[in-house]
Amino acid sequence: MRVNPKTTQRIAKVLIWSSAVLVIVILLNIVFYILIKGIPQINWQFLTEIPRNMGRSGGISSTIVGTLLLTLVAVVIATPFGIGTAFYLTEYTREGRITRIIRFSAESLAGIPSIVYGLFGYIFFVTYLKLGWSVLSGGLTVAIMILPTIIRTSEESIRAVPHLYREVVFSLGGSKWQTITKAVFPSALPGIANGIILSIGRCVAETAAVILTAGSALRMPSSLLSPTRTMAVHFYILAREGISMEKAFGTAALLIILIFLINVVFNMLVNRYVAKGR
Amino acid sequence: MMKFMILTYKRIRISAIAIVLVLALTMGSLSGCSQKSRTGIIVAGSTSVQPYAEIVAEEYMILHPDTEIDIQGGGSATGITAAQSGVADIGMSSRSLKDEEKGLWYVEIARDGLAVIVNPANPVQDLTLDQVRGIYAETITTWKEVGGSNSKIHVIAREEGSGTRSAFTDLVMGKTTEITPRAIVQDSNGAVRQLVADDPNAIGFISLGLVNDKVKALELGGIEATRENVENGSYKLSRPFLFVSLSEPTGQTKEFVDFILSADGQKILMNEGLIPSSKGAGK
Amino acid sequence: MKNTKERLSERVFLAIALSTLSVLALITVFIIAKGVPIIAKVGVLNFVFGMKWAPSQGSFGIFPMIVGSVSVTLGAAILGVPIAICCSIFLAEFAPVKLRNIFRPAIQLLAGIPSVVYGFWGVIFIVPFIRNYLGGPGLSILAGSIILAIMILPTVISITEVSILALPRYYKEGALALGLTHWQTIRSLLLPAAKSGIVAAVILGIGRAIGETMAVIMVLGNAVALPTSILDPVRTLTTNIGIEMGYASGEHQEALFATGIVLLVIIMILNAAAQYIVRRKRSR
Repeated sequence: MRVNPKTTQRIAKVLIWSSAVLVIVILLNIVFYILIKGIPQINWQFLTEIPRNMGRSGGISSTIVGTLLLTLVAVVIATPFGIGTAFYLTEYTREGRITRIIRFSAESLAGIPSIVYGLFGYIFFVTYLKLGWSVLSGGLTVAIMILPTIIRTSEESIRAVPHLYREVVFSLGGSKWQTITKAVFPSALPGIANGIILSIGRCVAETAAVILTAGSALRMPSSLLSPTRTMAVHFYILAREGISMEKAFGTAALLIILIFLINVVFNMLVNRYVAKGR
Repeated sequence: MMKFMILTYKRIRISAIAIVLVLALTMGSLSGCSQKSRTGIIVAGSTSVQPYAEIVAEEYMILHPDTEIDIQGGGSATGITAAQSGVADIGMSSRSLKDEEKGLWYVEIARDGLAVIVNPANPVQDLTLDQVRGIYAETITTWKEVGGSNSKIHVIAREEGSGTRSAFTDLVMGKTTEITPRAIVQDSNGAVRQLVADDPNAIGFISLGLVNDKVKALELGGIEATRENVENGSYKLSRPFLFVSLSEPTGQTKEFVDFILSADGQKILMNEGLIPSSKGAGK
Repeated sequence: MKNTKERLSERVFLAIALSTLSVLALITVFIIAKGVPIIAKVGVLNFVFGMKWAPSQGSFGIFPMIVGSVSVTLGAAILGVPIAICCSIFLAEFAPVKLRNIFRPAIQLLAGIPSVVYGFWGVIFIVPFIRNYLGGPGLSILAGSIILAIMILPTVISITEVSILALPRYYKEGALALGLTHWQTIRSLLLPAAKSGIVAAVILGIGRAIGETMAVIMVLGNAVALPTSILDPVRTLTTNIGIEMGYASGEHQEALFATGIVLLVIIMILNAAAQYIVRRKRSR
């Protein structure tokens, strides 16, 4: 019995639209649930006071600072190394077995669960290098985690720059360095920025690696060697231990808003560069 | 092509040596500067002790604004090894030290009861120690067998590095019986309490000081789980909260330890539901 | 003629690349060095296929955890991939431009939600639902699979959508001109043509699912025994490390690193498979 293709078309259409609707419903459920319960918690006091009584009262200012500091450390360390490596791999070497092996290693390392990085960070940075639970330990560990992503996205963007651009600079008598600075880098910048912003999002949301290396102390970090609790870790502890559901929701809401803002900034940047005319 | 390979190889070798030297220098200076510039006290370990240590530390830092105390979780095992390796100035433990750990300096800052909790909707009020052991060993599998409804018992335990779990195994399971591998494992007292509060068929063990009205603490052999009963010894499940250190504390660390052992410090702990320590110190 | 600036910049880039690679190598070497002794001591077969994980008694078998990882990931794939493919088709073929500009950022937002928030949401909504309507403690393989399915959606959707969009227009136009319906075109032509991209997307999604820790540690129950049904609590390779990392000493710690090695091997196999598929497609 042949089913009418028009019927299958209609059924397929229903299924596909339902999937899309289902996904939106799930997203809204998660996001709205957190935002509705969490936004009322966010007020000036919440943002400027440090947690007291294990987080039952006070605010989350130290965790906000901790998150920002840790992300800053990670990005500042990882970006030059990531971009530099990407440039070296694309501009200064020929495609061969070595570059393939390097790329494969970077991909595999990108796939290692963050908890394994956390374990490594705890043993190497916290214990062996005696950095202790600190912003630095956490930042270094997360820097290593985001390195493969930055390398990969930078490499892809650099590759996407048309050869023509480089040839123009060469034909005008420029050196390799000048092709990179004047032609390739500006062109690849949106893609590179994409990778960095993706990584920033990851830093902010990362929990497993951070809790093992930056610790879970509640005070405002006074230096790079102070332990700190990031917002994601704070949320995890509050929610897990049932210490304060209200504060947990507030922290989660702030996290989601922060990540949302990062995404919006990225999209704006991309649109601006695309509109600039390439 | 060969020339390129040779040149590249030479370049790589020189650069590689340079890299290794630079990295080694960086690592060395990083670890060196960390030793010098770290002020303040790091306290790490048992998640059971952590909330109480935090409250005392908060009070202490109000009285001594120049001291920085950072309290860290991770579990009793982490606390003890962190104290041993020097990563933490004080390690927190919610169980007594094992033989191989006895070389460390330690002091008991309080005693804590171990409560066996069930959901408030659970009709069971009282169990014997043998029954609890049977439940955790999975020789007793339904609530009906101990006077409750006909449903499967959901057994909840803590994780392997937990002092609370060690204390429970020592006090309830004994040397020969194991907690069933099918037990659900959660990594903090609070998480266990949440779970038992949500699941009518769950049973778990947590710090006595953390029992709230969302869960019910069982009587053991007719003895109610109250602080008084732990103090007078009739409620058998209790464990020491220890501060552990590589060697006897000096300076800021010593002052903090003295504070927590002082009348003021002990009063804070008592207000939170702990039993004052018998001040058993040792090395 | 290379001037000094030129040579210097090349050396600097080389230095940067080498340091990066040496750090990445350091991690791999570290994990392997820490984990291999215990595997050697216990024996590879005993470690990977051992049924009992009880480090305090010297048992280091991770098979229950492997089963945990596999079942949760498989469940996530079964639940998530069909929905993801449907959504990609939606984005590529069915959605009007305005909806597309809403749906795509929505997927991005889904990708940005921290895993701990997913876990929390799972504990509040999914676990009680399973406990009350399906039985068991609620903390189960099923709960983990549902959460992971949602979490891998963005990965699978974005890569699949790209693969479908990358197909030449004339594929679709030719088919429609021949009188096939939209769905027939998709099913018989576009999807098979995008197959390698879809497979790569699924493999990457699976890789993400296997590596997830925080979301699942809250909903899986972390029981150490071999599961017998999807309603049983279970432990994955990653949550095993996560929940026992407090035991930071001696053989136990080495065993956790050994678990890390197993994870590394699994990820490498998955990556190799994905790369192979992509390369095969390119050479066509």
